[in-house]
Amino acid sequence: MPARLLTLALAVLIATAGPAWAQQRGQAKEQVEFGVQVAQRGLWREAIYRWERATQLDPTYAAAFNNLAVAYEQEGQLDKARAAYEKAVALEPNNSLIKQNFDLFKELNDRAAQKDGRQP
Amino acid sequence: MIERLRKTVVSLSLVAGALASGCGGGGYVEIPIQTPIAPKLDISPFQRVYVAGFLAGANDDVDANMETVRLLRSQLRNKNVLRVVDADTVPLAERALEEAGAPEAASAAAAPPPAPAENAPVTEAPDGQLPAVQQESDLDRYAKVFDDKEYWKQIGDEHEQALIVTGSVLFVPHARSGFVQREQETYDSFGRRVVVPTRSYMERKGYILRPTFVFIDGRTGEQLYSESFREEILYNSNQQTPALSSYFELMDRLLPTFLNTLSAQKIRGNRVLLK
Repeated sequence: MPARLLTLALAVLIATAGPAWAQQRGQAKEQVEFGVQVAQRGLWREAIYRWERATQLDPTYAAAFNNLAVAYEQEGQLDKARAAYEKAVALEPNNSLIKQNFDLFKELNDRAAQKDGRQP
Repeated sequence: MIERLRKTVVSLSLVAGALASGCGGGGYVEIPIQTPIAPKLDISPFQRVYVAGFLAGANDDVDANMETVRLLRSQLRNKNVLRVVDADTVPLAERALEEAGAPEAASAAAAPPPAPAENAPVTEAPDGQLPAVQQESDLDRYAKVFDDKEYWKQIGDEHEQALIVTGSVLFVPHARSGFVQREQETYDSFGRRVVVPTRSYMERKGYILRPTFVFIDGRTGEQLYSESFREEILYNSNQQTPALSSYFELMDRLLPTFLNTLSAQKIRGNRVLLK
């Protein structure tokens, strides 16, 4: 009997949480796609706003963190870019596109750090 | 019962997984970016920049001092960050010899040069050039001229308290022999192109460029910043490349970094945006 109750509770929990989570992810995805569109038109600040919103809606959305990192790079905010890349890599460690972006960033950031005389 | 519970959890997690994968992975676009790198020096107190000249050893092929002065002035003019003072260079070599101490300098001039660096030819010092400069350590003994605040303050006063760019430039011939790995293109029996790495012994010669740029506050004579570089280029020994073109090729590699000292620089690249 307790096991049956537990199953039921679990099912109800997932049944209610699932759509809510999917809705959050759906909204985050809309923000990400809109961000990509505006970034392609050079509106990077608007893109940052959209991608930040996406990461708030869905903090597990690696693509949003990746795109945010790229936008921070474009804006010269290298510390923020590193943090966003690290988050994206942590969320999707096997995503080769994120890793490729991060490697390119590190190469650039290390050069900048050497010039500044700070640790990369 | 427990088995049923397990099955329920597994099937629900599969649904959740499918949901997640359905919402994720929506393609990507490649996009060009330009990352701004902040300048290393705050140049806001200055209106002018004066490239004062460089310590350079005697070199028959290239007057590294004058070529560097001309190149940096033209690059700074193009960048338009500060007004470039178009005045004669300072007699830096003479001053450096004085500061190094007359007897020492005289003996340096008279003494046979130290063991030439890697096949560098021994050259005689024309007037106004430092004697026996074949390697970095030769220039180091004259480097204290850059710490002479009074001297640089005076130079600054003469040029409306400009930011002063000076330093040393070592440009010397260089030769190196050894095994070099190259890719050799061959065609197999089916006519397919095959690239095979091969190692062969080669004698190569070229140049080393070792500049140090020193930035001095013309208002106080104090050093603000200095940075050293080392670049080398090697060619096949049978290739005849003029020294001056090698000099410009090597300088071209480090000019962006030099300019980034005074002005922001944008580094172009491509990144991938995910959907």
